[in-house]
Amino acid sequence: MSRTVFGFLRRIGLLILVVWSVVSLVTILIELVPGDPAVAVLGDQATPEQLAQFRAKHRLDRPAFFFGFPSEEGGGRRFRWYGLDNRYDDYWVALLHADLGTSFRTDEPVVNLIFERYPATIELAVAAMIIAICIAIPLGVAAGKNRGTWIDNALSVVALVGISLPSFVIGPMLVYIFAVKLGWLAPSGRFDVSDFILPSFTLGAALSAILTRMVRSSVIEELNEGYVRTARAKGLSERKVVYKHVLKNGLIPVVTVLGLQLGVLLAGAIITEKIFGWPGIGLLLVEDGIGKRDYAIVQGCVLTISTTYIIANTLTDMIYRWLDPRIRVS
Amino acid sequence: MNRLGTIGIVIISVFVLVAIFAPWIATHDVGATNLAMRYMGPSAGHWFGTDSTGRDIFSRVVFGARISLKVGIIVVTVSALVGTLLGAAAGFYGGMIDRFLSGYLFNVFLAFPGLLLAIALVAFLGAGLNKLIFALCIIGWVGYARLIRAQVLKVREYDFVQAARALGAGDFRILFVHILPNAIQPLIVQASLGMAGAVLSEASLSFLGLGVPPPAPSWGVMIEEARDLSTLQAAPHALIFPGLAIALTVLAFNFVGDGLREYLDPRQRRR
Repeated sequence: MSRTVFGFLRRIGLLILVVWSVVSLVTILIELVPGDPAVAVLGDQATPEQLAQFRAKHRLDRPAFFFGFPSEEGGGRRFRWYGLDNRYDDYWVALLHADLGTSFRTDEPVVNLIFERYPATIELAVAAMIIAICIAIPLGVAAGKNRGTWIDNALSVVALVGISLPSFVIGPMLVYIFAVKLGWLAPSGRFDVSDFILPSFTLGAALSAILTRMVRSSVIEELNEGYVRTARAKGLSERKVVYKHVLKNGLIPVVTVLGLQLGVLLAGAIITEKIFGWPGIGLLLVEDGIGKRDYAIVQGCVLTISTTYIIANTLTDMIYRWLDPRIRVS
Repeated sequence: MNRLGTIGIVIISVFVLVAIFAPWIATHDVGATNLAMRYMGPSAGHWFGTDSTGRDIFSRVVFGARISLKVGIIVVTVSALVGTLLGAAAGFYGGMIDRFLSGYLFNVFLAFPGLLLAIALVAFLGAGLNKLIFALCIIGWVGYARLIRAQVLKVREYDFVQAARALGAGDFRILFVHILPNAIQPLIVQASLGMAGAVLSEASLSFLGLGVPPPAPSWGVMIEEARDLSTLQAAPHALIFPGLAIALTVLAFNFVGDGLREYLDPRQRRR
């Protein structure tokens, strides 16, 4: 028992360390912007007063970290200690008040922008996951049951192709076929339920390929178990054996992968959202953040996506350990 | 090597040759626009047709192979070197070094969604080929590090390592002469899959406008330029050929990676 508690505390400790590292990285990365962020946002035409006002508003005029090496008047640099009066500290204090700063362009609070956009991304990721499961389970079972036959080989190749085809190739191809050629679906936007089909398939394609491979090897492994022989011996149909007995046990590792992949889907949604003009957090990051050099939005989006990813992974890991005692011991 | 692995090697050889001899293979200037010739379908004059500004798609796909190969080789080499050194240090020395490296540093990098970290880095550093390569190395090394750490932990317990130590060999010699050569075999598989990953990431970032700037014939840039509705309508081949190039290259490296894994680990061969 104490082992379990210790393992749990260790995971939580690591989670805190990782989140701390991500926040630090996000606050420090803005120092890497070549040139002056204020000039990058306002342009070369801005007057010194405008620049100074902008810097003051977004606190860019304050020291970046607890200490620094500012240039002296006579040239050269000298170590200086700023204490708590710095932006790194500010960011943490604001973050603990659920404040991610304001947009460099529109002055809107970044938290509001993210809350507005995040539901669309989560909807898309969940839809992608459902599509991936619906494709992967029947295909994986078919490949595993017919292991070594042409069905298995063909499905393996299809799965590898699915992993190799990037979403930004699949997406535009689907747009070409279903929007341009057939005219059945809209090429972009999020207005109707049918608008989910192309983006979620695009986002879920790679996942369905990965899952197909996992379901296949799970089914192969479980088919060798004693309980399968028992089930067959008592006269169950092969269909019942596979779908009632084998799948139930074989899906445990698959469920874990699903949890881990939720985070991957959230990050991958950045590309899918750009392809389909899907108004989620990825589009916010790419178009409003990076495209318009609105670094406050970039910081907020990166922080939100990566924190979700990290928490989803930690939870999955803990649930998996709890479900399967074999891993707890090793 | 299995059949798919062999097919992969053939495709990769073609890809490498095309990248090396690009100036002799390309039929047109990659940057030469010709608005009178825009949206042309594949023909004898333009094998893969032309794009929205009349540039020859075949030549651009050929030169795109150079960018992909360059990014792939540099990223895989640097990541594998850094990863091997850090992974070997963690596995060999153990103790506090291992606790910091594998307990903290590896976990932080593994916990971060790779593509997002690369996007964040390039977003702040600014777009460009060198910055893209740098960002991909930053996210790439940890996979190798974890692998090599596990391998070193295994190999350092072997008798020949104990024998070398008994004979008075120093840490440096034991690690580099005795342990690493016996530990790096799985690295080859990882490197092959890493090439696929690097080619894919370069195209993804270029597609997002964060990699090689537009006039350059990166496959990701070509797809981004080909996906607006008017171009899709008039010239779907502008999307299909670079898309096919990425898919084939990534598929080939995945085939080889899978094939090598099977080849190096005979227990997996019959599964």
